[in-house]
Amino acid sequence: MPSIIRVSGLTKTYQSGFTALKNVDLDIRRGEIFALLGPNGAGKTTLISIICGISSPSEGSVLADGFDIVRDYRAARSKIGLVPQELCSDAFENVWSAVSFSRGLFGKPSNPAFIEKLLRQLSLWDKKDAQMRELSGGMKRRVMIAKALSHEPEILFLDEPTAGVDVELRKDMWQMVRELREQGVTIILTTHYIEEAEEMADRIGVIRKGQILLVEEKQALMDKLGSKQLSIRLQQPITEIPAELSEFNLQLDQDGSNLSYCYDSRHESDGIARLLRKLTQQGLEIRDLNSSESSLEDIFVSLVQEDQ
Amino acid sequence: MNFYAIRAIYKFEMSRTFRTLMQSIASPVLSTSLYFIVFGTAIGSRMGNIDGISYGAFIIPGLVMLSLLSESISNASFGIFFPKFSGTIYEVLSAPVSAMEIVIGYVGAAATKSVTLGLLILFTAQLFVDYHIEHPIWMLAFLILTAITFSLFGFIIGIWADDFQKLQVIPLMVVTPLTFLGGAFYSISMLPEPWQTLTLFNPVVYLISGFRWAFYGVADVNVVVSLGMTMVFLLICLTTVWWIFRSGYRLRT
Repeated sequence: MPSIIRVSGLTKTYQSGFTALKNVDLDIRRGEIFALLGPNGAGKTTLISIICGISSPSEGSVLADGFDIVRDYRAARSKIGLVPQELCSDAFENVWSAVSFSRGLFGKPSNPAFIEKLLRQLSLWDKKDAQMRELSGGMKRRVMIAKALSHEPEILFLDEPTAGVDVELRKDMWQMVRELREQGVTIILTTHYIEEAEEMADRIGVIRKGQILLVEEKQALMDKLGSKQLSIRLQQPITEIPAELSEFNLQLDQDGSNLSYCYDSRHESDGIARLLRKLTQQGLEIRDLNSSESSLEDIFVSLVQEDQ
Repeated sequence: MNFYAIRAIYKFEMSRTFRTLMQSIASPVLSTSLYFIVFGTAIGSRMGNIDGISYGAFIIPGLVMLSLLSESISNASFGIFFPKFSGTIYEVLSAPVSAMEIVIGYVGAAATKSVTLGLLILFTAQLFVDYHIEHPIWMLAFLILTAITFSLFGFIIGIWADDFQKLQVIPLMVVTPLTFLGGAFYSISMLPEPWQTLTLFNPVVYLISGFRWAFYGVADVNVVVSLGMTMVFLLICLTTVWWIFRSGYRLRT
Protein backbone atom coordinates (compact mmCIF):
# COMPACT_ATOMS: atom_id res chain seq x y z
CA MET A 1 0.00 0.00 0.00
CA PRO A 2 1.41 3.45 -0.84
CA SER A 3 2.33 5.70 2.08
CA ILE A 4 0.52 8.98 2.43
CA ILE A 5 3.05 10.22 4.95
CA ARG A 6 6.70 9.31 4.83
CA VAL A 7 8.92 10.47 7.64
CA SER A 8 12.61 9.80 7.09
CA GLY A 9 15.49 10.38 9.46
CA LEU A 10 13.59 13.05 11.33
CA THR A 11 15.48 14.62 14.21
CA LYS A 12 14.38 17.56 16.29
CA THR A 13 16.71 19.31 18.67
CA TYR A 14 15.30 22.33 20.47
CA GLN A 15 17.36 25.42 21.12
CA SER A 16 17.67 24.35 24.73
CA GLY A 17 19.64 21.36 23.46
CA PHE A 18 16.87 18.89 24.21
CA THR A 19 16.45 16.29 21.50
CA ALA A 20 12.77 15.49 21.19
CA LEU A 21 13.00 13.20 18.17
CA LYS A 22 15.91 10.97 17.23
CA ASN A 23 16.18 9.81 13.65
CA VAL A 24 12.53 8.86 13.30
CA ASP A 25 11.38 6.86 10.28
CA LEU A 26 7.67 6.30 9.89
CA ASP A 27 5.32 5.46 7.08
CA ILE A 28 1.60 6.04 7.33
CA ARG A 29 -0.52 4.16 4.83
CA ARG A 30 -3.26 5.81 2.88
CA GLY A 31 -6.64 5.38 4.46
CA GLU A 32 -5.57 3.79 7.71
CA ILE A 33 -6.12 4.77 11.30
CA PHE A 34 -2.74 4.94 12.90
CA ALA A 35 -2.32 5.29 16.63
CA LEU A 36 0.86 6.73 18.00
CA LEU A 37 1.22 5.50 21.50
CA GLY A 38 3.64 6.75 24.08
CA PRO A 39 4.02 8.17 27.55
CA ASN A 40 3.98 11.92 28.18
CA GLY A 41 7.00 13.67 26.73
CA ALA A 42 7.76 10.85 24.31
CA GLY A 43 7.77 13.17 21.29
CA LYS A 44 4.28 12.54 19.92
CA THR A 45 3.27 16.18 19.75
CA THR A 46 6.66 17.25 18.43
CA LEU A 47 6.34 14.76 15.60
CA ILE A 48 2.88 16.02 14.71
CA SER A 49 3.94 19.66 15.00
CA ILE A 50 6.72 19.11 12.51
CA ILE A 51 4.53 17.30 10.02
CA CYS A 52 1.92 20.06 10.24
CA GLY A 53 4.41 22.90 9.91
CA ILE A 54 4.21 24.37 13.40
CA SER A 55 7.72 23.30 14.27
CA SER A 56 10.74 23.11 11.99
CA PRO A 57 12.71 19.87 11.64
CA SER A 58 16.38 19.89 12.60
CA GLU A 59 17.24 17.05 10.25
CA GLY A 60 15.42 14.65 8.00
CA SER A 61 12.40 15.07 5.80
CA VAL A 62 8.68 14.47 5.69
CA LEU A 63 6.57 13.85 2.60
CA ALA A 64 2.82 14.34 2.82
CA ASP A 65 1.08 12.75 -0.14
CA GLY A 66 4.39 13.02 -1.98
CA PHE A 67 4.94 16.70 -1.19
CA ASP A 68 7.88 17.81 0.92
CA ILE A 69 6.53 19.66 3.95
CA VAL A 70 9.20 22.34 3.71
CA ARG A 71 9.75 22.80 -0.03
CA ASP A 72 6.15 22.18 -1.15
CA TYR A 73 4.56 23.39 2.06
CA ARG A 74 1.49 24.74 0.32
CA ALA A 75 0.55 21.46 -1.33
CA ALA A 76 1.52 19.44 1.74
CA ARG A 77 -0.31 21.53 4.31
CA SER A 78 -3.51 21.88 2.31
CA LYS A 79 -3.90 18.08 2.60
CA ILE A 80 -3.60 18.10 6.37
CA GLY A 81 -6.02 18.95 9.14
CA LEU A 82 -4.88 19.21 12.75
CA VAL A 83 -6.78 19.03 16.00
CA PRO A 84 -4.23 20.10 18.60
CA GLN A 85 -4.08 18.80 22.11
CA GLU A 86 -4.72 22.13 23.77
CA LEU A 87 -8.15 23.66 23.49
CA CYS A 88 -7.51 27.12 22.22
CA SER A 89 -9.84 29.50 20.51
CA ASP A 90 -10.57 33.14 20.09
CA ALA A 91 -13.02 33.63 22.94
CA PHE A 92 -15.18 36.21 21.20
CA GLU A 93 -15.40 34.59 17.82
CA ASN A 94 -18.59 32.71 17.06
CA VAL A 95 -18.60 29.09 15.93
CA TRP A 96 -19.70 29.75 12.37
CA SER A 97 -17.07 32.37 11.61
CA ALA A 98 -14.35 30.42 13.42
CA VAL A 99 -14.94 27.41 11.18
CA SER A 100 -15.33 29.55 8.04
CA PHE A 101 -12.08 31.33 8.91
CA SER A 102 -10.23 28.01 8.95
CA ARG A 103 -11.57 27.04 5.55
CA GLY A 104 -10.43 30.34 4.05
CA LEU A 105 -7.06 30.12 5.73
CA PHE A 106 -6.47 26.79 4.04
CA GLY A 107 -7.18 28.33 0.66
CA LYS A 108 -10.67 27.04 -0.01
CA PRO A 109 -13.49 29.21 -1.34
CA SER A 110 -16.33 29.59 1.11
CA ASN A 111 -18.93 26.84 1.04
CA PRO A 112 -21.75 27.47 3.52
CA ALA A 113 -23.49 24.21 2.63
CA PHE A 114 -20.42 22.20 3.53
CA ILE A 115 -19.85 24.08 6.79
CA GLU A 116 -23.49 23.52 7.70
CA LYS A 117 -23.16 19.79 7.04
CA LEU A 118 -20.02 19.68 9.14
CA LEU A 119 -21.58 21.52 12.05
CA ARG A 120 -24.65 19.31 11.95
CA GLN A 121 -22.47 16.21 11.89
CA LEU A 122 -20.68 17.39 15.02
CA SER A 123 -23.93 18.42 16.76
CA LEU A 124 -22.83 22.04 16.65
CA TRP A 125 -25.52 23.44 14.41
CA ASP A 126 -27.63 24.95 17.16
CA LYS A 127 -24.48 26.56 18.58
CA LYS A 128 -23.36 28.16 15.34
CA ASP A 129 -23.94 31.70 16.57
CA ALA A 130 -22.57 31.12 20.04
CA GLN A 131 -19.30 32.72 21.01
CA MET A 132 -16.49 30.31 21.80
CA ARG A 133 -16.29 31.45 25.40
CA GLU A 134 -19.89 30.34 25.99
CA LEU A 135 -19.13 26.75 25.02
CA SER A 136 -18.26 23.87 27.30
CA GLY A 137 -14.94 22.10 26.96
CA GLY A 138 -16.49 19.27 24.98
CA MET A 139 -18.20 21.66 22.60
CA LYS A 140 -14.96 23.56 22.09
CA ARG A 141 -13.28 20.29 21.22
CA ARG A 142 -15.96 19.69 18.60
CA VAL A 143 -15.33 23.13 17.15
CA MET A 144 -11.62 22.36 16.94
CA ILE A 145 -12.49 19.24 14.99
CA ALA A 146 -14.82 21.19 12.72
CA LYS A 147 -12.05 23.70 12.09
CA ALA A 148 -9.62 20.91 11.22
CA LEU A 149 -12.11 19.35 8.80
CA SER A 150 -13.30 22.63 7.30
CA HIS A 151 -10.98 22.41 4.29
CA GLU A 152 -11.76 18.75 3.59
CA PRO A 153 -8.29 17.38 4.37
CA GLU A 154 -7.10 13.95 3.28
CA ILE A 155 -5.02 13.50 6.40
CA LEU A 156 -6.32 14.25 9.87
CA PHE A 157 -4.14 14.49 12.95
CA LEU A 158 -5.84 14.13 16.29
CA ASP A 159 -3.46 14.93 19.11
CA GLU A 160 -4.84 13.35 22.29
CA PRO A 161 -8.40 13.70 21.00
CA THR A 162 -10.13 12.30 24.02
CA ALA A 163 -8.09 13.81 26.83
CA GLY A 164 -10.58 15.26 29.27
CA VAL A 165 -13.58 14.33 27.17
CA ASP A 166 -16.72 12.69 28.55
CA VAL A 167 -17.91 9.24 27.53
CA GLU A 168 -20.57 10.49 25.15
CA LEU A 169 -18.26 12.74 23.20
CA ARG A 170 -15.64 10.03 23.11
CA LYS A 171 -18.12 7.65 21.52
CA ASP A 172 -19.21 10.32 19.05
CA MET A 173 -15.62 10.99 18.21
CA TRP A 174 -14.81 7.35 17.58
CA GLN A 175 -17.88 7.11 15.40
CA MET A 176 -16.81 10.17 13.46
CA VAL A 177 -13.29 8.83 13.01
CA ARG A 178 -14.69 5.62 11.54
CA GLU A 179 -16.93 7.55 9.17
CA LEU A 180 -14.01 9.67 8.05
CA ARG A 181 -11.98 6.58 7.38
CA GLU A 182 -14.78 5.23 5.24
CA GLN A 183 -14.58 8.44 3.24
CA GLY A 184 -10.92 7.69 2.66
CA VAL A 185 -9.38 10.09 5.18
CA THR A 186 -6.17 8.90 6.77
CA ILE A 187 -6.22 9.43 10.51
CA ILE A 188 -3.28 9.65 12.84
CA LEU A 189 -4.10 9.90 16.50
CA THR A 190 -1.86 10.12 19.47
CA THR A 191 -2.98 8.84 22.76
CA HIS A 192 -1.86 7.41 25.99
CA TYR A 193 -5.16 5.69 26.46
CA ILE A 194 -4.42 2.18 25.31
CA GLU A 195 -8.08 1.28 24.96
CA GLU A 196 -8.43 4.00 22.40
CA ALA A 197 -5.67 2.57 20.24
CA GLU A 198 -6.99 -0.91 20.76
CA GLU A 199 -10.50 0.05 19.81
CA MET A 200 -9.73 2.28 16.86
CA ALA A 201 -6.41 1.71 15.23
CA ASP A 202 -5.41 -0.43 12.27
CA ARG A 203 -1.78 -0.04 13.13
CA ILE A 204 0.02 1.07 16.21
CA GLY A 205 3.35 2.78 16.64
CA VAL A 206 5.00 3.03 20.02
CA ILE A 207 7.21 6.01 20.63
CA ARG A 208 9.38 6.62 23.63
CA LYS A 209 12.09 9.17 24.32
CA GLY A 210 11.94 10.43 20.74
CA GLN A 211 12.38 7.04 19.14
CA ILE A 212 9.89 4.78 17.45
CA LEU A 213 10.17 1.49 19.28
CA LEU A 214 7.94 -0.44 16.92
CA VAL A 215 5.21 -0.17 14.34
CA GLU A 216 2.86 -3.11 13.95
CA GLU A 217 -0.58 -4.10 12.80
CA LYS A 218 -2.65 -3.93 15.93
CA GLN A 219 -3.59 -7.59 15.80
CA ALA A 220 -0.06 -8.69 14.92
CA LEU A 221 1.28 -6.66 17.78
CA MET A 222 -1.09 -8.28 20.17
CA ASP A 223 -0.42 -11.74 18.77
CA LYS A 224 3.28 -11.22 18.71
CA LEU A 225 3.75 -9.87 22.15
CA GLY A 226 0.58 -11.03 23.72
CA SER A 227 1.09 -13.58 26.38
CA LYS A 228 -1.90 -15.64 27.31
CA GLN A 229 -2.88 -16.96 30.62
CA LEU A 230 -4.78 -20.13 31.24
CA SER A 231 -6.24 -20.48 34.65
CA ILE A 232 -7.18 -23.94 35.79
CA ARG A 233 -9.51 -24.47 38.69
CA LEU A 234 -9.05 -27.80 40.42
CA GLN A 235 -11.68 -29.99 42.04
CA GLN A 236 -9.42 -30.72 44.98
CA PRO A 237 -6.90 -28.24 46.36
CA ILE A 238 -3.26 -29.34 46.29
CA THR A 239 -0.39 -28.22 48.46
CA GLU A 240 2.34 -28.03 45.85
CA ILE A 241 2.82 -28.35 42.13
CA PRO A 242 3.76 -31.94 41.29
CA ALA A 243 7.36 -32.33 40.08
CA GLU A 244 6.15 -33.97 36.87
CA LEU A 245 4.64 -30.65 35.85
CA SER A 246 7.84 -28.63 36.35
CA GLU A 247 8.40 -28.22 32.62
CA PHE A 248 5.41 -25.89 32.55
CA ASN A 249 5.44 -22.36 33.83
CA LEU A 250 2.81 -22.89 36.49
CA GLN A 251 1.80 -20.97 39.54
CA LEU A 252 -0.35 -22.14 42.38
CA ASP A 253 -2.48 -19.70 44.27
CA GLN A 254 -2.77 -19.39 48.05
CA ASP A 255 -5.52 -21.88 48.77
CA GLY A 256 -4.14 -24.42 46.29
CA SER A 257 -7.22 -24.70 44.16
CA ASN A 258 -6.12 -22.59 41.22
CA LEU A 259 -3.27 -23.19 38.82
CA SER A 260 -2.33 -20.51 36.34
CA TYR A 261 -0.36 -21.25 33.24
CA CYS A 262 1.36 -18.43 31.39
CA TYR A 263 2.38 -18.98 27.82
CA ASP A 264 3.43 -17.05 24.82
CA SER A 265 0.88 -17.37 22.07
CA ARG A 266 3.68 -17.08 19.52
CA HIS A 267 5.53 -20.20 20.54
CA GLU A 268 2.64 -22.14 21.82
CA SER A 269 2.02 -25.31 19.82
CA ASP A 270 0.79 -28.21 21.88
CA GLY A 271 1.62 -27.00 25.39
CA ILE A 272 -1.95 -26.77 26.58
CA ALA A 273 -2.90 -30.22 25.36
CA ARG A 274 0.16 -31.78 27.02
CA LEU A 275 -0.45 -29.89 30.21
CA LEU A 276 -4.04 -31.02 30.43
CA ARG A 277 -3.04 -34.64 29.68
CA LYS A 278 -0.40 -34.55 32.39
CA LEU A 279 -2.78 -33.05 34.87
CA THR A 280 -5.17 -35.94 34.33
CA GLN A 281 -2.31 -38.44 34.58
CA GLN A 282 -1.46 -36.90 37.97
CA GLY A 283 -5.04 -37.51 39.01
CA LEU A 284 -5.89 -33.84 39.25
CA GLU A 285 -9.43 -33.23 38.21
CA ILE A 286 -10.30 -30.01 36.47
CA ARG A 287 -13.32 -28.07 37.52
CA ASP A 288 -13.08 -25.06 35.21
CA LEU A 289 -10.84 -23.44 32.60
CA ASN A 290 -10.44 -19.82 31.73
CA SER A 291 -8.04 -18.22 29.27
CA SER A 292 -7.29 -14.54 28.93
CA GLU A 293 -5.31 -12.53 26.43
CA SER A 294 -3.12 -9.69 27.56
CA SER A 295 -4.33 -6.27 26.52
CA LEU A 296 -2.38 -3.67 24.64
CA GLU A 297 -1.86 -1.98 27.93
CA ASP A 298 0.12 -4.93 29.26
CA ILE A 299 2.11 -5.02 26.05
CA PHE A 300 2.78 -1.36 26.25
CA VAL A 301 3.88 -1.46 29.85
CA SER A 302 6.20 -4.36 29.17
CA LEU A 303 7.67 -2.61 26.15
CA VAL A 304 8.29 0.61 27.95
CA GLN A 305 9.74 -1.14 30.97
CA GLU A 306 11.95 -3.39 28.88
CA ASP A 307 13.56 -0.35 27.46
CA GLN A 308 14.27 1.31 30.76
CA MET B 1 -0.98 33.34 -3.84
CA ASN B 2 -3.53 32.13 -1.31
CA PHE B 3 -6.07 34.95 -1.64
CA TYR B 4 -8.67 33.13 0.41
CA ALA B 5 -6.25 33.06 3.33
CA ILE B 6 -5.43 36.75 3.05
CA ARG B 7 -9.13 37.51 2.96
CA ALA B 8 -9.81 35.22 5.92
CA ILE B 9 -7.14 36.87 8.08
CA TYR B 10 -8.15 40.35 6.97
CA LYS B 11 -11.82 39.69 7.66
CA PHE B 12 -11.05 38.14 11.01
CA GLU B 13 -9.00 41.14 12.07
CA MET B 14 -11.56 43.62 10.83
CA SER B 15 -14.37 41.85 12.62
CA ARG B 16 -12.33 42.21 15.80
CA THR B 17 -12.49 45.97 15.24
CA PHE B 18 -16.24 45.97 14.80
CA ARG B 19 -16.69 43.82 17.87
CA THR B 20 -14.76 46.37 19.88
CA LEU B 21 -15.98 49.42 18.06
CA MET B 22 -15.91 51.68 21.11
CA GLN B 23 -12.35 50.77 21.95
CA SER B 24 -11.02 50.71 18.40
CA ILE B 25 -12.60 53.80 16.90
CA ALA B 26 -14.54 55.82 19.42
CA SER B 27 -11.92 56.25 22.10
CA PRO B 28 -9.09 57.55 19.88
CA VAL B 29 -11.54 59.96 18.25
CA LEU B 30 -12.66 61.13 21.66
CA SER B 31 -9.14 61.63 22.99
CA THR B 32 -8.09 63.54 19.88
CA SER B 33 -11.16 65.75 20.24
CA LEU B 34 -9.97 66.56 23.74
CA TYR B 35 -6.59 67.61 22.36
CA PHE B 36 -8.35 69.93 19.94
CA ILE B 37 -10.46 71.45 22.65
CA VAL B 38 -7.55 71.97 25.02
CA PHE B 39 -4.68 72.84 22.69
CA GLY B 40 -6.51 73.99 19.62
CA THR B 41 -9.35 76.04 20.99
CA ALA B 42 -8.53 76.94 24.60
CA ILE B 43 -4.75 77.42 24.54
CA GLY B 44 -4.45 77.95 20.80
CA SER B 45 -6.59 81.09 20.92
CA ARG B 46 -3.87 82.74 23.00
CA MET B 47 -1.01 81.57 20.77
CA GLY B 48 0.34 83.42 17.77
CA ASN B 49 0.39 81.93 14.30
CA ILE B 50 3.19 79.57 13.36
CA ASP B 51 4.46 79.89 9.78
CA GLY B 52 1.33 81.88 9.08
CA ILE B 53 -0.97 79.09 10.26
CA SER B 54 -3.25 79.41 13.27
CA TYR B 55 -2.08 77.22 16.15
CA GLY B 56 -5.25 75.13 16.13
CA ALA B 57 -4.75 74.25 12.47
CA PHE B 58 -1.00 73.83 12.93
CA ILE B 59 -1.35 70.95 15.37
CA ILE B 60 -3.85 68.95 13.28
CA PRO B 61 -1.28 66.98 11.22
CA GLY B 62 0.71 66.22 14.38
CA LEU B 63 -2.36 65.03 16.26
CA VAL B 64 -3.43 62.79 13.40
CA MET B 65 0.10 61.35 13.28
CA LEU B 66 0.06 60.81 17.03
CA SER B 67 -3.07 58.65 16.77
CA LEU B 68 -1.96 57.03 13.55
CA LEU B 69 1.32 55.85 15.03
CA SER B 70 -0.04 54.58 18.31
CA GLU B 71 -3.10 52.93 16.75
CA SER B 72 -1.13 51.28 13.96
CA ILE B 73 1.31 49.85 16.45
CA SER B 74 -1.26 48.71 18.98
CA ASN B 75 -3.63 47.20 16.42
CA ALA B 76 -0.98 45.26 14.55
CA SER B 77 0.95 44.17 17.62
CA PHE B 78 -2.16 42.95 19.39
CA GLY B 79 -3.43 41.22 16.25
CA ILE B 80 -0.45 38.90 16.06
CA PHE B 81 0.42 38.79 19.76
CA PHE B 82 -2.95 37.55 20.89
CA PRO B 83 -3.04 34.36 18.78
CA LYS B 84 0.46 33.62 20.06
CA PHE B 85 -0.73 34.20 23.59
CA SER B 86 -3.93 32.15 23.29
CA GLY B 87 -2.35 29.41 21.17
CA THR B 88 -4.58 29.86 18.14
CA ILE B 89 -1.49 30.77 16.11
CA TYR B 90 -1.09 27.01 15.47
CA GLU B 91 -3.69 27.31 12.77
CA VAL B 92 -1.95 30.06 10.85
CA LEU B 93 1.37 28.22 11.14
CA SER B 94 -0.09 24.96 9.88
CA ALA B 95 -1.99 26.59 7.01
CA PRO B 96 -0.74 26.72 3.43
CA VAL B 97 0.05 30.42 3.66
CA SER B 98 3.30 32.23 2.96
CA ALA B 99 4.87 34.81 5.22
CA MET B 100 3.85 37.51 2.79
CA GLU B 101 0.21 36.46 2.88
CA ILE B 102 0.20 36.48 6.67
CA VAL B 103 1.75 39.95 6.73
CA ILE B 104 -0.65 41.31 4.09
CA GLY B 105 -3.60 39.97 6.11
CA TYR B 106 -2.59 41.24 9.53
CA VAL B 107 -0.77 44.43 8.56
CA GLY B 108 -3.31 45.26 5.88
CA ALA B 109 -6.13 45.08 8.41
CA ALA B 110 -4.24 47.12 11.00
CA ALA B 111 -3.32 49.78 8.41
CA THR B 112 -6.90 49.92 7.13
CA LYS B 113 -8.09 50.57 10.65
CA SER B 114 -5.63 53.33 11.36
CA VAL B 115 -6.17 55.06 8.01
CA THR B 116 -9.92 55.01 8.68
CA LEU B 117 -9.23 56.40 12.10
CA GLY B 118 -6.95 59.13 10.74
CA LEU B 119 -9.65 60.25 8.33
CA LEU B 120 -12.23 60.16 11.09
CA ILE B 121 -10.04 62.39 13.22
CA LEU B 122 -9.67 64.83 10.34
CA PHE B 123 -13.44 65.02 10.03
CA THR B 124 -13.75 65.50 13.76
CA ALA B 125 -11.17 68.31 13.63
CA GLN B 126 -13.39 70.15 11.20
CA LEU B 127 -15.81 70.67 14.07
CA PHE B 128 -13.24 72.57 16.12
CA VAL B 129 -10.79 74.21 13.78
CA ASP B 130 -10.93 75.69 10.32
CA TYR B 131 -8.25 74.11 8.12
CA HIS B 132 -7.54 73.25 4.52
CA ILE B 133 -5.51 70.59 2.73
CA GLU B 134 -3.23 71.89 0.00
CA HIS B 135 -2.07 68.55 -1.38
CA PRO B 136 -4.81 65.99 -0.63
CA ILE B 137 -3.18 63.23 -2.67
CA TRP B 138 0.10 63.62 -0.83
CA MET B 139 -1.78 63.84 2.44
CA LEU B 140 -3.38 60.45 1.70
CA ALA B 141 -0.08 59.04 0.50
CA PHE B 142 1.69 60.03 3.75
CA LEU B 143 -1.24 58.75 5.77
CA ILE B 144 -1.24 55.35 4.08
CA LEU B 145 2.54 54.98 3.97
CA THR B 146 2.88 55.82 7.64
CA ALA B 147 0.00 53.52 8.58
CA ILE B 148 1.60 50.60 6.72
CA THR B 149 5.07 51.31 8.09
CA PHE B 150 3.96 51.50 11.68
CA SER B 151 1.59 48.57 11.38
CA LEU B 152 4.59 46.58 10.21
CA PHE B 153 6.52 47.93 13.17
CA GLY B 154 3.65 46.89 15.46
CA PHE B 155 3.59 43.45 13.87
CA ILE B 156 7.28 43.08 14.69
CA ILE B 157 6.64 44.13 18.29
CA GLY B 158 3.77 41.65 18.52
CA ILE B 159 6.03 38.82 17.41
CA TRP B 160 8.88 39.90 19.65
CA ALA B 161 6.73 40.38 22.75
CA ASP B 162 6.19 37.32 24.89
CA ASP B 163 4.18 39.03 27.58
CA PHE B 164 1.75 41.92 27.83
CA GLN B 165 4.32 44.23 29.36
CA LYS B 166 6.66 43.95 26.40
CA LEU B 167 3.69 44.64 24.15
CA GLN B 168 3.20 48.01 25.84
CA VAL B 169 6.74 49.09 26.57
CA ILE B 170 7.87 50.25 23.12
CA PRO B 171 4.74 52.23 22.22
CA LEU B 172 4.67 53.79 25.68
CA MET B 173 8.35 54.41 26.34
CA VAL B 174 9.64 55.09 22.85
CA VAL B 175 6.98 56.00 20.32
CA THR B 176 4.84 58.36 22.41
CA PRO B 177 7.80 60.46 23.64
CA LEU B 178 9.25 60.61 20.14
CA THR B 179 5.91 61.77 18.78
CA PHE B 180 5.47 64.47 21.43
CA LEU B 181 9.05 65.62 20.80
CA GLY B 182 8.65 65.25 17.06
CA GLY B 183 7.03 68.57 16.48
CA ALA B 184 3.39 67.60 16.88
CA PHE B 185 2.70 70.72 18.96
CA TYR B 186 5.49 73.05 17.78
CA SER B 187 7.70 73.80 14.83
CA ILE B 188 11.20 72.55 15.44
CA SER B 189 12.51 75.93 14.36
CA MET B 190 11.13 77.17 17.70
CA LEU B 191 13.70 75.04 19.55
CA PRO B 192 17.04 76.43 20.71
CA GLU B 193 20.27 74.74 19.66
CA PRO B 194 21.46 72.03 20.28
CA TRP B 195 17.91 70.65 20.53
CA GLN B 196 17.07 71.71 17.04
CA THR B 197 19.87 69.55 15.61
CA LEU B 198 19.26 66.70 18.03
CA THR B 199 15.62 66.60 17.02
CA LEU B 200 16.67 65.65 13.51
CA PHE B 201 17.60 62.23 14.89
CA ASN B 202 13.97 61.71 15.83
CA PRO B 203 12.37 59.82 12.93
CA VAL B 204 8.89 61.08 13.81
CA VAL B 205 9.98 64.64 12.94
CA TYR B 206 10.12 63.62 9.28
CA LEU B 207 6.70 62.00 9.35
CA ILE B 208 5.00 64.96 10.95
CA SER B 209 6.85 67.50 8.86
CA GLY B 210 5.99 65.79 5.59
CA PHE B 211 2.41 65.35 6.65
CA ARG B 212 2.13 69.00 7.62
CA TRP B 213 3.58 70.01 4.29
CA ALA B 214 0.74 68.12 2.57
CA PHE B 215 -1.70 70.26 4.53
CA TYR B 216 -0.21 73.74 4.45
CA GLY B 217 2.75 73.62 2.09
CA VAL B 218 5.19 74.48 4.88
CA ALA B 219 7.59 72.06 6.51
CA ASP B 220 10.41 71.86 9.04
CA VAL B 221 12.47 69.66 6.73
CA ASN B 222 12.31 69.29 2.98
CA VAL B 223 9.37 67.13 1.95
CA VAL B 224 11.57 64.96 -0.27
CA VAL B 225 13.68 64.13 2.78
CA SER B 226 10.49 63.34 4.70
CA LEU B 227 9.28 61.01 2.02
CA GLY B 228 12.71 59.42 1.73
CA MET B 229 12.90 58.81 5.48
CA THR B 230 9.40 57.29 5.53
CA MET B 231 10.46 54.90 2.79
CA VAL B 232 13.61 54.02 4.74
CA PHE B 233 11.54 53.07 7.81
CA LEU B 234 9.24 51.04 5.62
CA LEU B 235 12.22 49.19 4.17
CA ILE B 236 13.74 48.56 7.59
CA CYS B 237 10.45 47.09 8.84
CA LEU B 238 9.98 44.97 5.72
CA THR B 239 13.50 43.59 6.03
CA THR B 240 12.97 42.78 9.69
CA VAL B 241 9.69 40.98 8.97
CA TRP B 242 11.36 39.07 6.15
CA TRP B 243 14.14 38.00 8.53
CA ILE B 244 11.60 36.96 11.20
CA PHE B 245 9.82 34.58 8.87
CA ARG B 246 13.02 33.28 7.36
CA SER B 247 14.49 32.41 10.72
CA GLY B 248 11.18 31.40 12.31
CA TYR B 249 12.06 33.79 15.15
CA ARG B 250 9.54 33.43 17.99
CA LEU B 251 7.01 31.84 15.65
CA ARG B 252 8.17 28.33 14.88
CA THR B 253 9.92 26.32 17.55
